[in-house]
Amino acid sequence: MKRTCVRKNKENRKARGPSWHLRLYIAGGTSRSQAAVSNLQKLCDQHLPGRYRAEVVDLLKNPQLAAGDQILAVPTLVRSLPLPLRKIIGDLSDTQRVLVGLNLIPKKSSS
Amino acid sequence: MSIRKVKDPTESGIRKCPTGISGLDQITTGGLPRGRPTLLCGNAGCGKTVMAMEFLVRGATEFKEPGVFLAFEETGRDLSQNVASMGFDLPGLCARKKMILDCIRVERGEIEESGEYDLEGLFIRLGIAIDSIGAKRVVLDTIESLFSGFSNTNILRAELRRLFAWLKSKGVTAVVTAETGEGTLTRHGIEEYVADCVILLDHRVEDQNSVRRLRVTKYRGTMHGTNEYPFLIGRTGISVLPLSSLKLEHKAPVQRISSGVARLDTMLGGTGFYRATSILVSGSAGTGKSSLAAHFVNAACQRGERALYMASEQSTDEVLRNMRSIGIDLQRWIKRGLLRFYSARPGAFGLEKHLVTIHDTTMHFHPEVVVIDPITNFASVGSRTEVKSMVTRLIDMFKSQQITAMFTSLTSGDSSPELSEVGVSSQMDSWLLLRNLESNGERNRGLFVLKSRGMAHSNQIREFVLTDHGIQLLDIYVGPSGLVTGSARVALEAREQAEAQERKSQLDRKSSELEEKRHQLEAQIAKMRSEFEIYERSLIRDAQEMELREKKLTMDRMEMGYARNADRVPSNVNG
Repeated sequence: MKRTCVRKNKENRKARGPSWHLRLYIAGGTSRSQAAVSNLQKLCDQHLPGRYRAEVVDLLKNPQLAAGDQILAVPTLVRSLPLPLRKIIGDLSDTQRVLVGLNLIPKKSSS
Repeated sequence: MSIRKVKDPTESGIRKCPTGISGLDQITTGGLPRGRPTLLCGNAGCGKTVMAMEFLVRGATEFKEPGVFLAFEETGRDLSQNVASMGFDLPGLCARKKMILDCIRVERGEIEESGEYDLEGLFIRLGIAIDSIGAKRVVLDTIESLFSGFSNTNILRAELRRLFAWLKSKGVTAVVTAETGEGTLTRHGIEEYVADCVILLDHRVEDQNSVRRLRVTKYRGTMHGTNEYPFLIGRTGISVLPLSSLKLEHKAPVQRISSGVARLDTMLGGTGFYRATSILVSGSAGTGKSSLAAHFVNAACQRGERALYMASEQSTDEVLRNMRSIGIDLQRWIKRGLLRFYSARPGAFGLEKHLVTIHDTTMHFHPEVVVIDPITNFASVGSRTEVKSMVTRLIDMFKSQQITAMFTSLTSGDSSPELSEVGVSSQMDSWLLLRNLESNGERNRGLFVLKSRGMAHSNQIREFVLTDHGIQLLDIYVGPSGLVTGSARVALEAREQAEAQERKSQLDRKSSELEEKRHQLEAQIAKMRSEFEIYERSLIRDAQEMELREKKLTMDRMEMGYARNADRVPSNVNG
């Protein structure tokens, strides 16, 4: 089982509220996968500095992990904590929608 | 131009993957296209999932082809429980690595989309499942639920197209279920991608009877049955009921079996019906159809054969009691296990259900003789064409099992019996017609053989009498005003008997008169003879006397000559 840790920041986790558990499923080193990884990294650095734990799962290398989170589409970002479980599919290029999906910003009522 | 060798059409055609579902393989002439996806579509509750599941289970248990069931709508536990009633042991099959049951839940609410994606996760997951057990069959039930989970249908469509191509490249025979949309085969038009074989299921209510139908709407590269076929979800899975086995290849045994009525056997060329034929006994109410059927069953049991009696009007007890009244004890055959009854109201369930029950009972009991009494009762649960096709199916099944089947048919009194049976009569090998003959204020039964294929049958009408020791067939008297039956026949018989008696006594009288004359004549002759004898005797006596007298005269004359010393003269003095 190979998991690549993007970033861990234990110092700030205690200080800045609940920790975030994120898992990004990709399939091989495609450009879409790479885009998703870098988009996630940017996003976490910007909005969740120091209070997240993220891992990247390559389904080509660990295909059996697809069942756990009911992964159909790749890339899929799964937020397992805080509850409830949330999934964001796609290369995370639309930052606004990712933030909405992660409940980091409230959903816009009008547009 | 090169000349290519012409291959056997069955060989050059696409390869088939048998489903193991009874009837479906007949319709598709061998099964689903091997290595290609098949679309199974239908409205809600029509049996898509069950049919797809049976395809997998049969593959795993009967054809050594492991399968993967990917469920998008139900959980594995629900599925296992749902099909356990049909004897499918999914947990067992999964444990023995003959099957993988995978469930994918797509929750629209917890998914947000951001940017480009594909369904590689599904491919990977399916790929592992297929490879881990070497699956040959795959079911995706219902792939269209993905459309509710993903909003970007362009991506989804492209991915589905890729999925089916990928399944083909994997060489698995896939069944994809989908719900029918309005005016389209499937709600999201996935028939575009799965175009090799499309099977449409339907569940509808006709005349308050629920019926399920199956139709192969498309099957590239092969011949297939194109009709709508009824199907049922029964205790052992799905049964599709093809109209007939599409072929007419029944064996035709020459063995004859008795009808149970000796006189009827003689009407049928002397030895009764052919084995494995179908017999129609039609007649209006109370003409003795059931009694004739009971004789037929009784005769079969007497030969030691098994018989099945399907009564749709009377309960078993009623049939037994009624037949006892004409001297037929069917109870003993039930006790010996030779006779089995199946009594059910036609309206109890749909026509197809009856058909399947009859089919199952037949396959289980293996009777040599079957009676269905009466077949016309099924008209109440189906239209004429449906009943006709049911009878066709029954006949086909019975013939293929070498069973002799007798169907009774009630004809309404006012219509012509020949006309009302056209629906089924052409499929019957023998047809006995029972009629009420009404005359002189009474009704009597008449029987005649309307047709009997392959034998020289009698063209005579027989009077049919139910006695307390069974059916009696009597010759019909033809009197000056037509047929004479019943009490008129008895009267005629009595009159004829009296006349015969009269003739006999007249003859006796004449002959004694003659005897008398002979006696008189003989007495006369004797008398004349004695008179003659007396006369004869006196005549002889006279002659003797005259001769004596002559001699004496001569002597006297000679003596006189001596005395006179007369010379001797020649003796003939008189000259």
